[in-house]
Amino acid sequence: MIRLGVPSKGRLMEQTFDWFAGRGVRLSRSGSDREYAGRVEGVEGVQLVLLSAGEIPRELAAGRIELGVTGTDLVREKLAGWSSDLIELAPMGFGHADLILAVPDCWRDCRDLDDFAAIARDFRAEHGFRLRIATKYHRLVRAWLAAHEVADYQLVDSQGATEGTVANLTAEAIADITSSGETLRANNLRILDEEPILRSQATLFANRAAMGPQIEALAAQLQIALP
Amino acid sequence: MIPKQEKQAVGQRLLAEFRAAGAVEVAPDILLPAESLLDLYGEDIRARAYVTSDPIRGEMMLRPDFTVPVVQAHMSNGAEPARYCYLGEVFRKQDMGDTRPANPRDNEYLQCGFELFTRDPGADAEVFALFHRALAPLELRAEIGDMGLLLDAVAGLPLTQVRAEALMHHIWRPGRFARLLARFSAPAVARDFPPGTGAWSGLRSDAEMTRRIVRLQADAAVPPLSPIWTERLDRLFSLRAPATEALPALRDLAADMPAIADAVTRIEARLRAIAAQGIDLSQVVFDASHGRDTLEYYDGFTFSFQAGRQGWPPVASGGRYDALTRVLGKGREIPAVGGIVRPGLVAELEGAR
Repeated sequence: MIRLGVPSKGRLMEQTFDWFAGRGVRLSRSGSDREYAGRVEGVEGVQLVLLSAGEIPRELAAGRIELGVTGTDLVREKLAGWSSDLIELAPMGFGHADLILAVPDCWRDCRDLDDFAAIARDFRAEHGFRLRIATKYHRLVRAWLAAHEVADYQLVDSQGATEGTVANLTAEAIADITSSGETLRANNLRILDEEPILRSQATLFANRAAMGPQIEALAAQLQIALP
Repeated sequence: MIPKQEKQAVGQRLLAEFRAAGAVEVAPDILLPAESLLDLYGEDIRARAYVTSDPIRGEMMLRPDFTVPVVQAHMSNGAEPARYCYLGEVFRKQDMGDTRPANPRDNEYLQCGFELFTRDPGADAEVFALFHRALAPLELRAEIGDMGLLLDAVAGLPLTQVRAEALMHHIWRPGRFARLLARFSAPAVARDFPPGTGAWSGLRSDAEMTRRIVRLQADAAVPPLSPIWTERLDRLFSLRAPATEALPALRDLAADMPAIADAVTRIEARLRAIAAQGIDLSQVVFDASHGRDTLEYYDGFTFSFQAGRQGWPPVASGGRYDALTRVLGKGREIPAVGGIVRPGLVAELEGAR
């Protein structure tokens, strides 16, 4: 039996259902909207497990589900050494979002990361503490800034309403996921002129240890070329 | 696998040597307040040190190294000169990238260290010779450098103060340093600063931004650094040779770069003092960039002892960290130099003999 983990609500769930339906596999929630059980039609030996998207990386890595749909951002942030445990089977073409670094739009002197690094240095000298970046993507942001040799900053944890932290004076910049950039603009923030820290989209992942004839057969039915 | 007791025994032996050299043994806490470590090392330390929290004391860190707590203890109640030694575990995590390493590094291991707080200019040679003696039977490759030499070289470039300070700030970040140097070596491009649309937001003030814009506009009128200087700087930074050969090369460089003359004189005196301890300088490698990729706090003499095994960190390393005592001393400062040995690696090398 292959256990397939799918986000349990919202657009991500609907788009996942559509993606599978387009490949001849009908997924649905059984019973009422409140019940987290699911049905699978059009293929044998697959069980639908509805989960919070944020828990899917962990469940996949632990082998409690064999397949799972979640964002590349969540996998890379939550699982250190993710590719030792997981295989990216197929990018699914929806749930696009970029992890970006954004600064107040009023910073006319801050165009790119070089400016940002220089401003961070000035800020630390001026205020006596390191410039704060609010984010929930601690590992990804830290690794990216380390790779670009940016110092003089600190991360502050923000699990929600991250765009508001700058106006609330609890951070000077933010690193967050954005798709249209509208919330950023509404909060007077601007994305740095750099490649995003990560381009994320909904992706079908498999547990590496679970790969075998069963998953290969399912992949063939879903028209996925295995890596 | 070498049993832990054996590594402990090697540590005790090294500790006895450090004690015999006049050091007082200290035993810093394992749980340290995270704040001063974070302020000092920045976010990178979070990727390497275990952070935990205490309901009353706040964020704590499992000791990632001894230098900071030893310096803190000395700065608050130490008399000078002072020699300290210690033996204990440090804890480092490995925040791997996309793939899990096949052989993860130890996340807890012993360090046996010696720190010397004194205004005596012979301190560098004293510490280096002590480590050299303690490790002599292992036939390690000794490497030395001097961050003060590099900082003086940069300070002496015909640059505006603003540019020189920016370069010096990033001397420990080779990529960013190289980008800055390339920018200063090319004709400056005047930038425009398009007006923002929204209201002011955040703690950084309009005045701070204006100061930076004024600085950048003034910078656009600065002529580029002549390629002669980047070539000289490259020659200096890439100098790596036995100390006996490095010294004449440094003197040659000092003829072109007068700003490093004092540093070269200091290095010469240090090498003489090291030789006077019976150490063969032709067997010591001088690497001008030694210490550039280590922690930011070394600002003078640096040293390491390498076993040359793939994937191994240095068996011992250390250096001078005068600026760190200034940062942690809250107004006080004292020249300081010290280093650590990894007894676990020594035990492995001895076991293999």
